[in-house]
Amino acid sequence: MRTYLDFEKPIAELESRVAELRALTAEDEAVSLTDEISRLEAKTNDALQRTYANLGPWQKTQVARHPERPHAQDYIDALIEEFVPLAGDRHFAEDHAIVGGLGRFRDRPVMVIGHEKGSDTESRLKHNFGMARPEGYRKAIRLMELADRFSLPVISIVDTAGAYPGIGAEERGQSEAIARSIDCCLALEVPIVAAVVGEGGSGGAVAIATANSVIMLEHSIYTVASPEAAASILWHDSARARDAATNMKITAQDLMEFGIIDIIVPEPLGGAHRDTAITIAATGEALGEALEAFDGMAGKDIRRHRRRKFLEMGEKV
Amino acid sequence: MNWINNIVRPKIQRILNPKRETPDNLWVKCPESGQMIYHKDLEANQFVVPGSDYHMRMTAKARLGFFFDDGKYEAITLPEVASDPLKFRDEKRYTDRLKDARSKTDMQDAILAATGTLDGLDVVAAVQDFSFMGGSLGMAAGEAIITAMRTAVRRKTPFVMFAASGGARMQEGIMSLMQMPRTTVAVQDLRDAGLPYIVVLTHPTTGGVTASYAMLGDVHIAEPGALIGFAGPRVIEQTIREKLPEGFQRSEYLLEHGMVDIVVHRHRLRETLSRICSMLMSKRMKKVAMTDGPDEGADEALDTADTPGLEAEQDALRRNEGDDADAAAAGPDENAAADEQPSPSSAS
Repeated sequence: MRTYLDFEKPIAELESRVAELRALTAEDEAVSLTDEISRLEAKTNDALQRTYANLGPWQKTQVARHPERPHAQDYIDALIEEFVPLAGDRHFAEDHAIVGGLGRFRDRPVMVIGHEKGSDTESRLKHNFGMARPEGYRKAIRLMELADRFSLPVISIVDTAGAYPGIGAEERGQSEAIARSIDCCLALEVPIVAAVVGEGGSGGAVAIATANSVIMLEHSIYTVASPEAAASILWHDSARARDAATNMKITAQDLMEFGIIDIIVPEPLGGAHRDTAITIAATGEALGEALEAFDGMAGKDIRRHRRRKFLEMGEKV
Repeated sequence: MNWINNIVRPKIQRILNPKRETPDNLWVKCPESGQMIYHKDLEANQFVVPGSDYHMRMTAKARLGFFFDDGKYEAITLPEVASDPLKFRDEKRYTDRLKDARSKTDMQDAILAATGTLDGLDVVAAVQDFSFMGGSLGMAAGEAIITAMRTAVRRKTPFVMFAASGGARMQEGIMSLMQMPRTTVAVQDLRDAGLPYIVVLTHPTTGGVTASYAMLGDVHIAEPGALIGFAGPRVIEQTIREKLPEGFQRSEYLLEHGMVDIVVHRHRLRETLSRICSMLMSKRMKKVAMTDGPDEGADEALDTADTPGLEAEQDALRRNEGDDADAAAAGPDENAAADEQPSPSSAS
């Protein structure tokens, strides 16, 4: 059963009608409803086109958080060969909210890091819904430094509501861990390319998204604070998340206009979750092209390119 | 004719000089002990409440005054940035909020930066003022920090950051978030140039500010009792649905957990900063004494590096050859390398 978002109600009704008719045809060979089915399918398609061409920022937020949307591990499984997962920050623990490891991407050895949200209740709990603690960022730092020493490019899959706000996380220096991770990204002499595939939430996202090239999926979001957090700060009412989302310019299209990101990867009609294979392949294509741009560039220049990219942000607004 | 003196003249003065000065008769209540203190006494005590030792917030101006030798300093001109990139409004227009904050604080944005001396040693300092929209980090503050840090690199001085902030400025959205990596670039410039970067964490410092430049110092000093953390206590309580332990996220707690080096009473802050800076600068000072003054060559290099044409930069990246191309497009990191070699002016 597909999960439908609140604004997808008409689509849900059409699709369930189609499913019913299909079931009828399957039961009784004599009944031919092909015409009716294709008429309804065309209508569904139409509704999807109309809805998804005009998604508002809050609707995009919902799509970006869709439970069936592909997550970091799905990208790794589909795009990375010979993947060797690497765990632990060597100080405190293994944080499953950030996954990472070595692997081959289009024959090229790379280091992959990414937030993993999980796909069912059990795995969501294990991955803490993609909200990392300091040890997660410290693991990311360790893997990035490893990549740097062995001249491997870094691919970063960004998908988090934000860093975890808990006592333990604060106790162990959440802010310092994020700051160091940004610091590490900026010091790398290998290229780092990041893809925001769902939610790019706040410092927890930028910690591994300070990259030479930043890709965003068409319906993903990237924000200074989650719409709920921003609403609670601005209106002291987290229920006004929709307003915050609308005002804060958080969509891939907005960020492209501000010069914050480099590439938007189109999603299949109805969002990434409707065809994960196509979504992942298209993202892989974009990541591959982004990496190729740095082939043959000296390490110092790769670092300089990244520094300059961030320093120049804001000049065009 | 007394009425002219008593009524008309003050009125004219108010019109001519609309700046509100702190009234002399102001009494301030200590948030901890409830004790009332005469404003002048509080100021004379560096805004530390006598008795309770509570460290009150103070303005950026006051902070700079207490920090530099004889209260003398030269303000660094801070670059203007695009205001209101998002055309944001919540209950109020962001531009109106900015106007209010400006007239209330007499500051352009949340940061003041200045050059001066600390016990005779040249230093650059920046102060974040919580009274300007919660000291929030937006484009102006980010640019101010970068400018101040680069001034320190150019002048080869230590950099002292007095942090105080609720975090990112929501009204600037993603542009605000991007100040985290942007300021970190400037922190790396200080590091690459071999200059000390000291952070003084004051009450309160949270959010994106602690998750970037404020936690990347060579030395972290905290004022007593300051709230320092990533997530605010309210957010954490809502997440875990329980009350937070006493003293959680306070300076002393961070000291216990290894996140700050030392908690220092405001009265001993200057002395502590002076010791640290002079010791960390000792090797460099010897070198300068031997080579007679700062070298101008490196200054010029940084100036060109700050404003290269984008095309020149990309050209240099493409060519990726020759020292000349590199120097023209260099970030200050390359100047660190230049420091190691005697420049023509210092060698002569």
